[in-house]
Amino acid sequence: MRRHVLTGIAALALTGAALTAQTQINGAGATFPNPIYTKWFSEYNKLHRDVLINYQSVGSGAGIQQMIKKTVFFAPGKILHFPTVLGAVVPVYNVPGVSQELKFSGDVLANIILGKVTKWNDAQIAKLNLGVNLPSTDITVVHRSDGSGTTYIWVDYLSKVSPEFKKTVGVATSVKWPAGVGGKGNEGVAGLVSQTPGSIGYVELIYALQTKIAYGTVQNMNGKFVKASTDAVTAAAASAASKMPPDFRVSITNAPGDDVYPISSFTWLLLYQDAQDKKQAKTMVDFLKWALTDGQKFAPDLGYAPLPKPVIEMEMKALDQIKTQ
Amino acid sequence: MISSRHTTKIRPDEIIFRAGTGVFAVLIIGVVAAIAFELYRQSKLSIYHFGWQFWQTDSWDPVAGEFGARPFIWGTLYSSILALIISTPIALGIAIFISELAPGRLRLPLVFLTELLAAIPSIVYGVWGIFVLVPFVRQLEVNTPEWLKVLPVFKGPPLGVGMLSAAIVLSIMVIPFTSSIAREVLKAVPQAQREAAYALGATRWEAIRMALFYARTGIIGAVMLGLGRALGETMAVTMVIGNTPQIAASLYAPQYTMAAVIANEFSEAAQELYLHALVEIGLVLFIITLVINMMSRGLIWSLGRQKNPRRARRILSTPAPESA
Repeated sequence: MRRHVLTGIAALALTGAALTAQTQINGAGATFPNPIYTKWFSEYNKLHRDVLINYQSVGSGAGIQQMIKKTVFFAPGKILHFPTVLGAVVPVYNVPGVSQELKFSGDVLANIILGKVTKWNDAQIAKLNLGVNLPSTDITVVHRSDGSGTTYIWVDYLSKVSPEFKKTVGVATSVKWPAGVGGKGNEGVAGLVSQTPGSIGYVELIYALQTKIAYGTVQNMNGKFVKASTDAVTAAAASAASKMPPDFRVSITNAPGDDVYPISSFTWLLLYQDAQDKKQAKTMVDFLKWALTDGQKFAPDLGYAPLPKPVIEMEMKALDQIKTQ
Repeated sequence: MISSRHTTKIRPDEIIFRAGTGVFAVLIIGVVAAIAFELYRQSKLSIYHFGWQFWQTDSWDPVAGEFGARPFIWGTLYSSILALIISTPIALGIAIFISELAPGRLRLPLVFLTELLAAIPSIVYGVWGIFVLVPFVRQLEVNTPEWLKVLPVFKGPPLGVGMLSAAIVLSIMVIPFTSSIAREVLKAVPQAQREAAYALGATRWEAIRMALFYARTGIIGAVMLGLGRALGETMAVTMVIGNTPQIAASLYAPQYTMAAVIANEFSEAAQELYLHALVEIGLVLFIITLVINMMSRGLIWSLGRQKNPRRARRILSTPAPESA
């Protein structure tokens, strides 16, 4: 059950103390959505001078822990999940002598990470990349050493496309890797990949866009090779919207659709259904309504994909569940 | 001592002073005990679930809920000891040069520069490690002659990141600590000792060895302080060691340390048992540090007791009087 809470890259736990003049709310959670949340909170503060929201990016595990502990001691109500924006994970590589963009399928990616495909000119890779002169360099797999939602999305996708990966590695924010070396953070992985000839790793789309690292296309469920972009990530969420469970806790990796980028995910904000401080709850509901509508326009510039319309509509309805008085 | 026996009344400020400093000293014991208790309290689940197996298991699998500390213990000890092997001769060389040989004008800048090394944040060492040291080590590894690769310590693919890079970064971080203390210890050797050696016809080298011998307990203390620093270093190590929990003799293999795994995985660990296993790693590190400190204390104590005039005579290569 606890595993379930972790479905995804972000969680924002909210606690706080109401001051007389203004409402101050403290949140903690994943580093992944930190840039967009910081932007939102500062923009929202410009519109509502009396509302101050702080966010500590301590890691989603730590954020969830805080949230659960508070629940146990103060408010035995339910915790609700609300998707705020979308992100994606991309395969980055450093193959000597190859300047073309490489294509990967889920199956081949899983076999590389499992350590079963060990050379770049392996028939499995060559078949997807006809016309590319692949070297016989050994493959070095690079992964995140720190527990991370990025890892969660990556292994969640690989587990969906490869039963063997699901069985031997599984899904979590840290896993037991069958091969390779670990780098700390996106920058650690990118640093190792850029310096190690023959390496392959994974970073967040935002990070790849900001640092202009080359990344490959990935074959989606419909057989199309799609390069990650904010549009392709929003498409993945739109595709999942039809089967969205009422609690929004859904994995959208390997979603069907021609334009879908398959290694995508929501990031969630967690709210108490029946918080003690109703004034704070009201403030958070108002803020979230703003973030889901006007706030979405800030997402693409920061490398996040905005939510598709149907998901926003469902969330607006679901926000009524939060008790504000 | 004698005067206190003669005074009939102990002055109140004396009592306050004694009580005050006593409280501070007890405070340290209290803090250490509190840390130990807290580590135990927050790792209870893991301690009872795995028992001694925790020290003997090689697997670290958060998905399956299997946790073992052995690869991390290995990585921590291996990297720290390697770092000591590299850093000790260099640090002692620096200390000897500064305290015994350097001309006065050179002394101060050298002291300043070595101490500056200690002031550099470890993340800076880590970044330097990734971008400068690791590529250099990789070149070294690529160019390893075939006959050397037969040895288990040089086996494996040339990744650059791994035990060797970690040991080198650590040794650079340890040098200022060891050399500063060793320098102070050498400075404390009475000038009369050196003069006595010269008077017996010792060369400069022999006189320095005499001073080193005189200061041996302090120097061992300096090396042990460096070891303590190496055992606990986190950031710089995790950036260059490759973070792979495995027990390998190879210097080229990526490995992992206790401090690094805690720093890496703590913030995202949400399951209770997983969190407790991470804290237990901290407890293991605490125990190992404690044992190593006790061993070094014991070593210093036993060295301090033996007079060993024979050794001194060998250094001077002249017969020394029995009373030396």
